[in-house]
Amino acid sequence: MSRALVIAEHFQGKLNPSTAKCVSCAQGIGGVEIDIAVLAAEAGAVAAEAAALAGVRRVLTVTRPENAEALAAVWAPQLAALARGRGYTHLFGPSTTFGKDLMPRIAATLGVGQISDVMAVDSAHQYRRPVYASNAIITVEAPADAIVVATVRVASFQPAAGGGAAAIEAVQVEAALPTHTRFISRSAANADRPDLQTAARVVSGGRALASAENFKLMYQLADAMGAAVGASRAAVDAGYAANELQVGQTGKIIAPELYMALGISGAIQHLTGIKDARTIVAINKDSEAPIFEVADIGLVGDLFAIVPELERLIRARKAS
Amino acid sequence: MSPILVGIKRVIDYSVRVRVKPDGSGVVTDGVKMSINPFDEIALEEALRIRERNLAGEVIAISIGPAEAQQQLRTALAMGADRALLVQVDSPVDPLTAAQVFLKLVQKHAPQLVILGKQAIDDDNGQTGQMLAALWDRPQATYASKLELNGAVARVTREVDAGLDTIEIDLPAVVTTDLRLNEPRYIKLPDIMKAKKKPLDVTSLAELGVAAPAQRIRTLKFDSPPQRSRGVMVKDASELVAALAQRGVL
Repeated sequence: MSRALVIAEHFQGKLNPSTAKCVSCAQGIGGVEIDIAVLAAEAGAVAAEAAALAGVRRVLTVTRPENAEALAAVWAPQLAALARGRGYTHLFGPSTTFGKDLMPRIAATLGVGQISDVMAVDSAHQYRRPVYASNAIITVEAPADAIVVATVRVASFQPAAGGGAAAIEAVQVEAALPTHTRFISRSAANADRPDLQTAARVVSGGRALASAENFKLMYQLADAMGAAVGASRAAVDAGYAANELQVGQTGKIIAPELYMALGISGAIQHLTGIKDARTIVAINKDSEAPIFEVADIGLVGDLFAIVPELERLIRARKAS
Repeated sequence: MSPILVGIKRVIDYSVRVRVKPDGSGVVTDGVKMSINPFDEIALEEALRIRERNLAGEVIAISIGPAEAQQQLRTALAMGADRALLVQVDSPVDPLTAAQVFLKLVQKHAPQLVILGKQAIDDDNGQTGQMLAALWDRPQATYASKLELNGAVARVTREVDAGLDTIEIDLPAVVTTDLRLNEPRYIKLPDIMKAKKKPLDVTSLAELGVAAPAQRIRTLKFDSPPQRSRGVMVKDASELVAALAQRGVL
């Protein structure tokens, strides 16, 4: 019997969809009891959301003022103590910046290795994960006698369904918390738009946009489609788009229903981030661009003529 | 002034299209260009800039890997590192072992900062910095895009999914680099000549007192990823909208 603890990711009193995907991943083990840990200053709403995920047995809340921000140095000792004290066999966190920051710190505290970016579960101790910017998939085996700590590639899993009614239990954890790391501030992206990591549709711009001013075209088209906005590394490096929009090996790995790559040539590191998209559309003036090798629908032409026309046609279609 | 330790990993160059060997035992490395992990170059550049502002002592470049990793350490010396150390290991080392190695070196050199790349572009693990911080019981500032030192504290801006976070950490600490932290300098020919005279020491796990890498997470096999195939071409925006509508994705 495996016992898995999923570490909840949450922000401003809302559970991040990545948590439901970690629950799905944990369910892949089979014959597993799944609990969710919510660390927070005030866990109420997040714990309720977590308790509603199907297949979850129990939600453990660890509430203390120090948990207001997800500082790995503060959270890791508590989660390591919780994992040890309650005999979990598996710890899962999302492969988002939250989980990638936190989970290795927990693993090292527990003295075990970590499996990064789980994309498929073969068994309780055998998993598959991408390496070399997804140019290879490796099958890895974790020792059967040690706790498995892993991050979950959220683009590879469907979220667990709702409708569950797990018990919520407030727990006290004995752990000395460091004061050497202090949260100062956050400048968050525009929350009015769909979240890039979970959006069904994504409009993404590349170097060919040529300026931050032109990049606004992406937002206009995205708004017409109800899409999130993404960007290639080249567009972010050039300052056309904010860092949190970067899609690719070292940015966000996403799996939307529709990905529109506009003026993106398709470097291998970018393609890594979109391989799981259902439909990829590429618009580029260079018919030889590598993006066309993976695009389901390609259009060769001038972005600055095509995108406004596309926006007009989509708005007209929506209106009719 | 206390030194800065920087991790330098030898990896397949980012521009190489990596291929899986037909027998699934690994990826093709014969005749393939090898380089410093790009995030490690950014780590080294940041350390050099701190030293150039007279806020640090020596910059020590450290690699854990095969004898050939001396090439990448020579490059690090040419960029400006003061000395280099190769912890020679012939089989791949897992991140926890790498963290244990760095912990030994931290105990020896008492640095104010250890700057590592946020991930290596070969195994894409992204764990070593956080693991070192845990073993050392010190702060970690991952995905740094800005690093300001102010006496015994550092203020670090981090690239996170939601945007940018700023945290304050007491030194010593571990920082891992993101792409926008800086742009690494180009190496000039005279620097390459100078680098030949700088110290490059070689040691082993045994000499450092680190147990040989345990096979904590074993790789059983390598597979090629499923390939997407080329789709259809359309000729204008209205054909594109029709094609999207047909797929039901609008």
